[in-house]
Amino acid sequence: MGNPEKFDVIVVGAGPAGTTAAYVLARAGAEVLLVERGAHPGAKNVFGGILYTPILNRLIPNFWEEAPVERHIKGLRIYIISENNAVSVGVESEENNQPPYNNSFTVYRSKFDSWYARKAREAGAMLITDTVIDDLLWEGNRVVGVKARGEDGEVYADAVIAADGVNSLLARKADLRKEFRPRQVSLGMKEVIELPREVIEERFNLSGNEGVELKYIAGDATKGIWGGGNIYTNLDTLSVVTWISVEPLTAGRYKATELMEHFKEHPFVRNYLKGGKTVEYQAHLAPDGGYDFTPKYYTGGLLIAGDAARFLNASIHYEGTNFAMASGEAAAKTVLEARKKGDYSEKSLSRYQKLLSESFVMKDLKRYRKLNRFAEAYPEFFNGYFDAITQIATDYFAVNEMPKRRHEFGMLKRFRANLRDYYTRDNAVLRRRNRLQRFISRMCPTVSFLWKCLKGAIAFI
Amino acid sequence: MKTDDKLALNLFHVGNEPHIKVDQEVCRRCPHKLCTYICPAENYTLNDDGNVVFSWEGCLECGTCRIICDQGAIVWEYPMGGYGISYRF
Repeated sequence: MGNPEKFDVIVVGAGPAGTTAAYVLARAGAEVLLVERGAHPGAKNVFGGILYTPILNRLIPNFWEEAPVERHIKGLRIYIISENNAVSVGVESEENNQPPYNNSFTVYRSKFDSWYARKAREAGAMLITDTVIDDLLWEGNRVVGVKARGEDGEVYADAVIAADGVNSLLARKADLRKEFRPRQVSLGMKEVIELPREVIEERFNLSGNEGVELKYIAGDATKGIWGGGNIYTNLDTLSVVTWISVEPLTAGRYKATELMEHFKEHPFVRNYLKGGKTVEYQAHLAPDGGYDFTPKYYTGGLLIAGDAARFLNASIHYEGTNFAMASGEAAAKTVLEARKKGDYSEKSLSRYQKLLSESFVMKDLKRYRKLNRFAEAYPEFFNGYFDAITQIATDYFAVNEMPKRRHEFGMLKRFRANLRDYYTRDNAVLRRRNRLQRFISRMCPTVSFLWKCLKGAIAFI
Repeated sequence: MKTDDKLALNLFHVGNEPHIKVDQEVCRRCPHKLCTYICPAENYTLNDDGNVVFSWEGCLECGTCRIICDQGAIVWEYPMGGYGISYRF
């Protein structure tokens, strides 16, 4: 390294996006500085529980043989729950017990991110921890370096990749985004709960290194607020998550911490956690709202990747780490092409946008934008409707002396009454609708329900 | 489980300077005091007079208060490098 103050590229943030970028760049021979504000990579990082690895496995084939992974995920169970009733579906496969294990592994970020950054270092990147980058250095309308906190913190580079997480103060400093509104983020809280390995395997019907994810979608898991709860199996701990959209929290009805306790103590959750001992408590924001809120993610000399660019598939798939690695790789490729041309202008770096639009990152963000809008427009779906659906499922299997035909007729009547009751009980939702919509919801609740199901299905497709 | 007990399980390297500065004069006039509901570490609490009291030692650096505060009471920065929360898992 000729001049230690000048690098080809500076990558801010040693999470999955930043480290992927640094790894790809270093392997191609670029001089890369990877800067992390934590005492070690992963020290500040929180995710739900699953690392999605198609890109990692392409970059480092069979990485699981050396990386600190916990369990591979062979299946998931999806729950919708009300106060008293639950409906669940499970998907499991023996195929997922074979490499590449459906590219889904539980990991501890503190361990995994450190391992991954070490791989980038071995490829030739320089890693500096304990360092906060407070600002960007500009030359005209092009970023030419970063300013670390403290004296003489200026470091120069041809390009900067900001992978500094959801709060991305650098994207804000570069004026690529406005301040977030509560609608644009969700808050995740997580406890790591220790249980003996055998207990986890018996309780969740697992053997060896098999793992599962339990996904509770809104409903009473979050007291009707848009969000959810998750349980992920690690080797000898569970990762238990409650996440909630921040905007509904601003109504000031519930404390965030109370919602997490409510989830853990829920009758359809607590037995999974029984006897466990919490060993760590984490919290973090996640980007929410999908494509509609994606900021501009490049300018002269600067590329934004991962959560910082809000790349997260906030849908039933919720693949954050996958999007992070894909955007980190695309950013690295863009910089490598710019390096060949010796041109780091905004125009040259617009290649990043093209690479992302061709990849699943932008395609999936676009595809699920309608689902995000649907979830926002019809909050009753995840609240009153879930109550009615779990009730009708319970009623269907109720045992009594009534002939089944008559019983089913009563069950449908109750379903309709439950839907109508919801609109009488929770007027906040209806107040947002016009008079005709309100009339239909009250007078024809079943038709209205079916109509919204159809709309939801269309939004999903 | 109480939030304080949860935070006691975590590893923090507490620095000398708070990385979040809260203007309590502004908080006094705040109509909603939503930070006391939303902070996952319950670093914002109400005292007996109904005023917001802020402690930063147990901060998980999530950034929610920064987004939720619409009164301009909060100046939010990351802690010094290596300080603050240090997750083990």
